[in-house]
Amino acid sequence: MTSFFQSLGMTYEAAWLLATICGVLLIALPLMLSVAMIIYADRKIWAAMALRRGPNVVGPFGLLQSFADGLKVFLQETIIPSASNKGIFLIAPVVTFTVALMAWAVIPFNGGAVLANINVGLLYVLAISSLGVYGTIMAGWASNSKYPFFAAMRASAQMISYEVSIGFILICVVLWAGTFNLNDIVLAQKGHVFGIFNGFVFNPLLFPMWVMFLISGMAETGRAPFDLTEAESELVAGYQTEYSSMAFAAYWLGEYANVLLMCALNATLFWGGWLPPLDIPILYLVPGFIWFVLKVLFFFFVFSWVKATVPRYRYDQLMRLGWKVFLPVSLSFVVIVSGYLMATGHFA
Amino acid sequence: MIHVIAFYLFAVMTVASGAITILSRNPVHSVLWLILAFFNAAGLMVLVGAEFIAMLLVIVYVGAVAVLFLFVVMMLDIDFAELRAGFVRYFPFGALVAIVLLAEMVLGIGAYKAGAIVLGTPDGTAATPAGTSNIQAIGTLLYSRYLFLFEAAGVILLVAMIGAIVLTHRQRSDTRGQNISKQNQRRPQDATFNVKPEIGQGVQI
Repeated sequence: MTSFFQSLGMTYEAAWLLATICGVLLIALPLMLSVAMIIYADRKIWAAMALRRGPNVVGPFGLLQSFADGLKVFLQETIIPSASNKGIFLIAPVVTFTVALMAWAVIPFNGGAVLANINVGLLYVLAISSLGVYGTIMAGWASNSKYPFFAAMRASAQMISYEVSIGFILICVVLWAGTFNLNDIVLAQKGHVFGIFNGFVFNPLLFPMWVMFLISGMAETGRAPFDLTEAESELVAGYQTEYSSMAFAAYWLGEYANVLLMCALNATLFWGGWLPPLDIPILYLVPGFIWFVLKVLFFFFVFSWVKATVPRYRYDQLMRLGWKVFLPVSLSFVVIVSGYLMATGHFA
Repeated sequence: MIHVIAFYLFAVMTVASGAITILSRNPVHSVLWLILAFFNAAGLMVLVGAEFIAMLLVIVYVGAVAVLFLFVVMMLDIDFAELRAGFVRYFPFGALVAIVLLAEMVLGIGAYKAGAIVLGTPDGTAATPAGTSNIQAIGTLLYSRYLFLFEAAGVILLVAMIGAIVLTHRQRSDTRGQNISKQNQRRPQDATFNVKPEIGQGVQI
C-alpha cells in the first residue's frame, strides 16, 4: 500500500504514514463491527442451546441489538467511585481495549495481507497478550473495592498460569514451522499431512497441542467454563463491578475482541489460516480471506457452544488443570516434537 | 524522519517514566510507570533492529516480572509516614548505590567515547551475520559458541527455582485438600436415584 501512495507522488514517509493509518483503520473498523455482531451471535447461539429465542426485537431478527445496547451504554452516566484511584480507574479499560486491538496487527488475513509482517510475529502476540492482564489488575486495584480486587487477583493468576502452557504449545508449532512469522507459519502448513491436508492440526503429534491451545485460549480470555473472574455468585461482576457506561463497554468490547483473536490464532496456527482445509487447486478459487473468516467464525461457534454447555470450573480445578495437567503435558510435547524433528532430519 | 521522531518519543518517554517511577509517592503508580519505561525501552530495541530482545523484554519483564511486583505492591498496606521515616537511616546506603551507578555510567560513556569496540570472532569472520533474522543469529550463537554458558545458566535457574519452592513450601496439616480423582470417579447414580412413588405412598430412603 505504501508503494501505491508513493505512486501518487508522495514522499516515502508520508506514504508510509498514510498506508499504516489506512491499514489500521481497515483492520480496526471491521473488527469493531464484527465484535458487535459477534456479541449478537453469541447471545443467539446461547439462546438457541437453551431453547430460547434470544434478542429478536431490535431490527430484523434482532440484528441491531448490539448497536442498541451500545447506544444505551453510551447515554448512561459514567460513575467514578469517590474512593477510587481516578487516573488508573479510567486508564484500565482503555488498556484492555487497546491491547485487544493491538495484537491484530500481525494476524495474516490473506496471503501477505497483514499490517505488520514482522519476523517475531508470534512473540509479538505473546507479548501483547501478556499485557492484557494489566487492564484487569489495574481495574481491580483502582476500584478500591473488595470484589473487583479478588477478581483481579484471580484473573491475573489465571492468565499467567495458562500463558505458560500456551508458550510451550506455541514452541511446538514454531519448531515445526521453523519461523515466528505468522504468514510463514501459515505457508508451512500447506499440504502438511500427506501433502493434502492444510493445517498442523491434522498432524497426530500436534493435534493434542491444538486441543490444549483451544482450552487454554478459553482460560486466557476468561470465557466460560473458566469465567471465574466474573463469577456472579461470588464476585458480583468481577473486576468490572464498579464500572459503568463507556468504560464498561470498553471492557465488553475488549473481551470479545480478545475472544476473536484467540479464534484467529487457532485458525492461523493450527488450521492453516487463510489456506483452504484441503490442498486441492479448486478450493484456492475461494479467496483466502473467506477461508480465514469462516474458520474464525467456526471457532467462535465452538467458544459459544462450550459457554452454553459446560458448567463453571472451581478455582482449584482451574489451577490444577493449568499447572498439573497442561504444563507437564505441553512441556513433554516440546521434548517429543523436537526429538521427532531431530530424528527425521527436519532441521537439516 | 520517522526514525528520529520515534527515537525521541521512546527515549523521552523512557527517561520521563523512569524519573516518575522514583518520584511518585504511591508504590503502585511507581510500578505502573516502571512498566511504561520497560515498554518504551522495548520500543528503542525495535528501533536498533533487535526485535527479538524487544519482544523478550516485554514478555519477561512486563508480562511476568512486573506483574509479580504489582501483586506484591498492591497487597502492601501503604503507610506514607512510615515510608518517609526510614529515609535518613537508609540515606547513606542509597547514596552509595547512587555513586556506584554514577561511576558505572561515567565509565560506560567514557568507553563509548573512546571508540566503538570492533566485534569479531577469533577466526576473523564478521560478528553480525547479514541476512539472517535476529532469532536465528541469537539462536546460532547460543547453541553453538555459548552452549555451555547457556545451559549452565539454565541449570542455575532451575536450581534456584527448586530452591525457592523448597524454602517456601511447608506441609500444612490443617487444610483439607481436594481429592480430584475421587471427585472425577463420582457418578450421578452415587448420589441420586429416581423413584416413582404411588400417590399417597411416600418414599422409603
